[in-house]
Amino acid sequence: MSKVYIALQDNDESRYIVEAIEEDNPDVTVIHMPAMIRIENEGRLTVNRETVEEKMGRDWDVQELHVNLITLGGNVDEDDDSLSLHWNE
Amino acid sequence: MAAKKLNIKDKYRLLTRDLDWEYSYADRKEAFPYEDFEGIKITDWSKWEDPFRLTMDAYWKYQAEKEKKLYAIFDAFAQNNAHLNVSDPRYINAIKIFLTGVSPLEYQAYQGFAHTGRQFGGVGARVACQMQSLDELRHVQTQIHAMSHFNKFFDGFQEYSHMHDRVWYLSVPKSFFNDARTAGPFEFMIAIGFSFEYVLTNLLFVPFMSGAAHNGDMATVTFGFSAQSDEARHMTLGLEVIKFLLEQHEDNVEIVQKWIDKWFWRGSRLLTIVAMMMDYMLPNKVMSWKEAWEVYFEEAGGALFKDLARYGIRMPKYSDIIEKEKEHISHQAWWTFYTHGHAAGFHTWIPTDEELDWLSEKYPETFDKYYRPRWELAKEMEAKGERFYTKGLPQLCTTCQIPMLFTEMDDPTQTSYRDTVYNGDRYHFCSDGCKDIFEDEPEKFVQSWLPVHQIFQGNCGGPDVGDILSDFYHMNVGVDNMDMKGSPDELRWKQWKGVA
Repeated sequence: MSKVYIALQDNDESRYIVEAIEEDNPDVTVIHMPAMIRIENEGRLTVNRETVEEKMGRDWDVQELHVNLITLGGNVDEDDDSLSLHWNE
Repeated sequence: MAAKKLNIKDKYRLLTRDLDWEYSYADRKEAFPYEDFEGIKITDWSKWEDPFRLTMDAYWKYQAEKEKKLYAIFDAFAQNNAHLNVSDPRYINAIKIFLTGVSPLEYQAYQGFAHTGRQFGGVGARVACQMQSLDELRHVQTQIHAMSHFNKFFDGFQEYSHMHDRVWYLSVPKSFFNDARTAGPFEFMIAIGFSFEYVLTNLLFVPFMSGAAHNGDMATVTFGFSAQSDEARHMTLGLEVIKFLLEQHEDNVEIVQKWIDKWFWRGSRLLTIVAMMMDYMLPNKVMSWKEAWEVYFEEAGGALFKDLARYGIRMPKYSDIIEKEKEHISHQAWWTFYTHGHAAGFHTWIPTDEELDWLSEKYPETFDKYYRPRWELAKEMEAKGERFYTKGLPQLCTTCQIPMLFTEMDDPTQTSYRDTVYNGDRYHFCSDGCKDIFEDEPEKFVQSWLPVHQIFQGNCGGPDVGDILSDFYHMNVGVDNMDMKGSPDELRWKQWKGVA
């Protein structure tokens, strides 16, 4: 299975998003580079609204992810509750 | 009674599909005249799925938020004279290439998506292209704003748009986008939306921008990542386009594969300049070009093509050559610019000993064997007061317009050269990839505006190279060009820093 990935700007909001991703996808690899954080996982990765809201302590719209997003790899599936990335093969 | 809040899927459907209409008195074929001629077969536009179901209201909301953050940082950068905080004034030369070579492509992308979006019969695709078009316009504007600060303190930024249309090496990016924009709408989407956005722009906007941050350039990393936050949406659009075309009709597979072969080759060639920026123009290193290529092309692109294999799509043609090139192209390109440094709109230099050691470490298979000896020779010549500039003008590849600087990958001492005869004229190429592209569309590529040919035909003023640089290119000769050592940029930097 190939790796999906997402990269976020290294800032205060992303810190909570990364924490949420790590909690919901325990096998992810988190790579810190200058000004950015790259998160990789075999096959699939999900960002759940509820977990991010819990970490941030406020309401969070999944589409707010766009503000801090740098890049991603994988087929995207987005709805009101989560954004997920996956490869079929 | 409070209205029930729509979920994003319903909202997206209502704000896209339901805004379309049937044609009662006009001919649909006349309304979308470019939809058929490339041979692509669309049976049902309603099968189009955009996973980022961004509606116009949400689009404006998040884009406005991005802009506010971005301009706050530009203001802070300018107010705090943050150009003084970059790692080394040599770094600024990479940003000169960015403004003259890349930012005008954002404008071409804006034009390209505006045109292409208009030509699609499906409303979902039209809306996505319209947003991308607006994004690209935002990118060129924010880049010009960011770099206008550098223009106050460094040379070479003043005539970026004029230069983009004329200068020999800038014809490479310009002609790349001209080729895509003069193709049909579906080829444009595979060229720019898929090949360029999904795999290739990552290399410029992710590791290079991380490098900009690592070199203290807060303005560039911020516009880079702000642009890239849109690119994530563009990448998804590119992937949706290709899946949609492949699912619509089996006859599309062969056409799409041909475009993938063409545009991955063209994109790899175009990125040669980014390879050089990564390896030679970032004084503080993040990763080598080879390492970046392995992450963003081989790993990410490999995963993508594995996923597309179920449609009968294979890796782009010449992937085997492309894999070998990561060891060579940055070195071959920087050497070419160093030896043509009198004709470039930015400064060139010999890497420091520390930088040469880093290159030896990062390229153990090739650097000491093929490239380090050249720099050792250049150092000896410079020490004797004989800094080398070539007198000749380079031969250009008719397809990619890059000077013949690439070698055979199995023999890095042999220049890679191909040719073909069409209607009694001989055309020259840097590679089998570029020759194939020409032979598939000769009537298009015989029209290439090749800067060196134009100079020899007398279309760029002259007669001397110096006249062409100053009068036709609008370079400040002796100021914008030549070696970094002794340049006005370097002298000013030393004054600011209080070093003699």
